[in-house]
Amino acid sequence: MIHQFGIHDILYLLSGAGWTLILSAVTMIGGGMIGFCVALMRISSSHVLHGIAVVYIELIQSTPVLMVVFLVYFGPGIFGIELPKFPAAALALVVYSSAFFAEIWRGAIQSVPRPQWEASSALALTWLQQLRYVILPQAVRVSLPPTVGFMVQVVKNTSVTSIVGFVDVSRAGQLISNATFQPFRVYLWVAAIYFVICYPMSVISRRIERKFNVRR
Amino acid sequence: MSMPVVSLKGITKSYGTIQVLRDVSLDVEAGEVVAVIGRSGSGKSTMLRCINGLESIQGGTITVAGHVVTQTAKQLRELRREVGMVFQSFNLFPHLTVEQNISLAPRIAKKMAAEQARGIACRVLEQVGLSEKIDAYPQQLSGGQQQRVAIARSLAMEPKVMLFDEVTSALDPELTGEVLKVMEQLAERGMTMVVVTHEMGFARHVADNVVFMHKGTVWEQGTAEVFFDSPRTPELQQFLRSSKVK
Repeated sequence: MIHQFGIHDILYLLSGAGWTLILSAVTMIGGGMIGFCVALMRISSSHVLHGIAVVYIELIQSTPVLMVVFLVYFGPGIFGIELPKFPAAALALVVYSSAFFAEIWRGAIQSVPRPQWEASSALALTWLQQLRYVILPQAVRVSLPPTVGFMVQVVKNTSVTSIVGFVDVSRAGQLISNATFQPFRVYLWVAAIYFVICYPMSVISRRIERKFNVRR
Repeated sequence: MSMPVVSLKGITKSYGTIQVLRDVSLDVEAGEVVAVIGRSGSGKSTMLRCINGLESIQGGTITVAGHVVTQTAKQLRELRREVGMVFQSFNLFPHLTVEQNISLAPRIAKKMAAEQARGIACRVLEQVGLSEKIDAYPQQLSGGQQQRVAIARSLAMEPKVMLFDEVTSALDPELTGEVLKVMEQLAERGMTMVVVTHEMGFARHVADNVVFMHKGTVWEQGTAEVFFDSPRTPELQQFLRSSKVK
């Protein structure tokens, strides 16, 4: 079964890269939505919601992403449920990334000076209206660079899902490497593909940062 | 006399073991301007912030325009529609233009149409003499102009009473004048105002009544002339002497 690394393998890697992109997108959207809710819970005045958010964030941030993947993939097996690889991988990364999104955005929201809350509440706005019209527009500026920065991390972190057999670009590389015995050449390609995805994101992140620094 | 617009009865408040307000009572009639003076830490700003519920109280009752200040969010909002507040640090919204700063609350809290809200923004800006700044952002304005916009923003809600919390303390003397002038015009138009201030000239010439806060309570109060010309308590006498030196 040993063959030379060729165009077929490159196509296979690219299809793996497609799955990496899809998994990344699902993670960012799902993790972003949950993370946003957790961030709001964390800043809310309700002790219960605040407590739940803190425990959730601390628990996940103190666990390696690999363990989150294992737990989500093997956990349902205890109850006789077998999750297919993609949903399992996506769920694990959504949970993992949501805790980090939550902390990034919590910090951004809290960076808006306290008097902005006071001024808007003195104007008879509700909590949600204050958030929507006064606080979030200011918080978004602060949060953009770290958010994009973390998105780069998300793309790279998708590689851990190859451990449970999800065929992303890393897993594809592993499979080809096993078949060709040319690991260096294969993984160079894999690394190059990650670079092509992540580098533009880093550039965008830096640009946003510069733009907002100038405006301040 | 008619019912007071603002009525504080026996207000007490403490932060932990430190009592910042003790048995504060104060009535403000419609159209009246009350200046509140006193040293830092005398509780004057805290008292003001209690009036629109920015600070909670432990005892006593506050009534504003028929609303009792409570801590349920909905009732507080209803009350705050009637009460304008201007802060020492302006607190304009930096991401919004002057017009958006002013029309935000009428549009959102009062569900007013955009056009109508813009009309109000134009009117209140004219009132504070800043019509030409309608499309500017706060950071493009001087401190005095920002504070006048903040006053206009409060006026846009058509409040029954306005609270001023040391609104000129962050301003240069020359900018202080333009803000005080706007406040004086408001007073002439019959606005009910509670003004926490260090500006003795304003207290003396614009206020109907002056309140001296000391050690968390209303130490002495009276009409402006009596208050300044014949203070009764030694504490007020000393305070007036020391503030004249400045």
